[in-house]
Amino acid sequence: MLFPPPTPPSDPHRVVVTGAGIVTALGAGWRANADGFRAGRTAFRPVTLFDVSRQRCKIAAEADLPADLPVTRLSQKAIRRMDRATRMLLLAAHEAWVQSGWSPGGALPLVLGTTGGGMALGEAYLRQALQSPHALRRQATRVAGYQAQRQALDVLDALGFLGPVTIISNACASGANAIGHAWEWLRHGRAERTLAGGHDALCQLTFAGFDSLQALSPAPCRPFDAHRDGLSLGEGAALLALETLDHARRRNADILGEIIGYGATTDTHHLTQPHPDGDAALAAMTAACRRAGVAPGEVDYVNAHGTATPQNDSTEAAAIQRWAGARVTTLPVSSTKSSTGHLLGAAGAVEALVCLMALRGQWLPPQRNAATPDPACRFQLVRDPTDAAVNVMLSNSFGFGGANASLILRRWP
Amino acid sequence: MNGIVVHGLGAVSPAGWGVAALRDALAAGAPLPTQPIARPGWQRPLHICPAPPPPSRPPFLAHARLRRAGVMSQHIVAAALEALGGDTARVQSGALRLGIVVCMMAGCVTYSRRFFEETLQNPVTASPLLFPETVFNAPASHLAALLNSTAANYTLVGDEGVLLQGLAVAADWLAQDQAEACIIVGAEELDWIVADALRLFQRGAVHSDGAGALYLKRGAPESGRGVELARVTDSFPFTAVQSRHDAAEAMRAQLSASAAGELLYCSALPGTASHAAEQSAWRDWSAPHRAPKTILGEAFAASAAWQCVLACDAIQRGEFAAANVSVVGTNEQAIGTRFVLRESEHHP
Repeated sequence: MLFPPPTPPSDPHRVVVTGAGIVTALGAGWRANADGFRAGRTAFRPVTLFDVSRQRCKIAAEADLPADLPVTRLSQKAIRRMDRATRMLLLAAHEAWVQSGWSPGGALPLVLGTTGGGMALGEAYLRQALQSPHALRRQATRVAGYQAQRQALDVLDALGFLGPVTIISNACASGANAIGHAWEWLRHGRAERTLAGGHDALCQLTFAGFDSLQALSPAPCRPFDAHRDGLSLGEGAALLALETLDHARRRNADILGEIIGYGATTDTHHLTQPHPDGDAALAAMTAACRRAGVAPGEVDYVNAHGTATPQNDSTEAAAIQRWAGARVTTLPVSSTKSSTGHLLGAAGAVEALVCLMALRGQWLPPQRNAATPDPACRFQLVRDPTDAAVNVMLSNSFGFGGANASLILRRWP
Repeated sequence: MNGIVVHGLGAVSPAGWGVAALRDALAAGAPLPTQPIARPGWQRPLHICPAPPPPSRPPFLAHARLRRAGVMSQHIVAAALEALGGDTARVQSGALRLGIVVCMMAGCVTYSRRFFEETLQNPVTASPLLFPETVFNAPASHLAALLNSTAANYTLVGDEGVLLQGLAVAADWLAQDQAEACIIVGAEELDWIVADALRLFQRGAVHSDGAGALYLKRGAPESGRGVELARVTDSFPFTAVQSRHDAAEAMRAQLSASAAGELLYCSALPGTASHAAEQSAWRDWSAPHRAPKTILGEAFAASAAWQCVLACDAIQRGEFAAANVSVVGTNEQAIGTRFVLRESEHHP
């Protein structure tokens, strides 16, 4: 029963990560991504997925997907009809599933964040509807596959569980909201385990959209650089297998890390621009800390939203400064969008997973392409690969429409 | 009693602006008239059932955020303001922390279609004014801006059942004190591309648009008599091992077994796979049941919202003591909800 909920535990459950899967332009899987993010590798290249010849920007962080998907319960027919976004989602879900050691069967909530679902299929539908108005071939498949719920159901069918499915579309905060929402469910005893994360594939509509706003940089993005001139788009997926600590312990699961805080707020200033003071961003970070029971001084690193647009980065820098107080001058901060671009609905999930990797490996993710840090950023911009003793990390995600979310992760001993 | 009470209802539908128009259309019982909409490349038009323009220009359109907003945003705001009623000013002043949950299936499709058409013609001149409005959560953002609400704000995407998932999310927020009140809105907008796509799956179905809103709070009804959200069933997805029929049966099993004095609002349109599954699941139901889509057309998440609004309205007006809402969705899930009459213990 979704409502009324079961009687909540007297103290909220602790929530741990027991599996993780990731696909970005750095590669498919934990190892390729951990190595890439640890080194601060960048993965931008000319766009090949659609025509960008008339766009101002011509690069993005395209992912190279393996030719074959992992063997699951899906038929070859179902796999053949899959679009790129679903393939990335399935790759990440399968990796998280295998790592968690979960078995098929039964109810298992799937919480996904996405901005576009299978938008490329929607584009193909419209193209054919306009160019060949009487041709219906494959149109029904495109309509069905374009919708995010179809992609989620494919994951259920592939891995053999029954859901339910929740899809949050809060722009670029979607992935963080999905993980945060799953965290709430587990804390309050709504489930013992959930699969949560985000996915988005590059598509022409979104690329042209950001280009029309002149928000894309023609060169690889440079978050927090004094000369930053816009974001770079990327694509990917990240899924986390989350479960209550009690459940994980009962089955002797390997624990990768713990999620300890989540804050979500709304910036009402403008549809696409944050309030310059960063009030809502500050409120999200503060709420996440309050729920985690940690003070800003106990946070060892911030994975910034850091899109590299002039406005986002200055607003976020102001918010981090207000949130961290005197600690700001020694606080390590970076934006891993410098490596894989902005993954939109997947960004929050991928960046939470980067934090998880860094906590496991005891390193800080660098951004190598900020040659001239903006002097307005008073924090320590991590620009070189760095080993560090880190215990708690915070990840920010801020989206169009003022959707702000912060997640806090803790190292598992 | 679980203490989640429906404090207000709002609707924009093909029947008109306001819950009263929706109620009257259902009472009349006749399908609303359709209109043609041109389908590029075809001689024959498609047929749709749009919400009419407002009787007078709504004052909220003067807000800077709503000047360029699409029709769906306008419908969402209108339905939400009707549901919030006198609490609107309290939210705007910051005296009431409001959670916002907006639910949709096709989303802001008109601006998306227009922007992509412009992109195909020439991406250099594609309008930067259109693109931000294509994002699923643009309407929820506009509503938050109008209400000056900085609390949690989710846009949920799915088939019709997503509206009921939204009810459960809002109820959770209230129970966990993440918000003092919540507005849940289901909405869709009309476009030829959706009408075209709908035809592929539900031949004969008429695409419609609008929004429905429910305003939830914790505590007792303010007037001494009100509607309580009694339950939202689990969501039962349609999967390889759980057919549409199985999902509908599972949903039905979590709702009321007794029918005396109760009402049922069904979701599916005759002739669809969902209709067969829903009919089978409710085959033992002998009390009154209604199917608003046969009158209002298919508006996905808005349709589910209208089902809930009508159910609550019927209870509020004393016509029934309880109402079940059954949603066997287009392509994702079966899910149901139940509302019951609640009378305050201290009310004379």
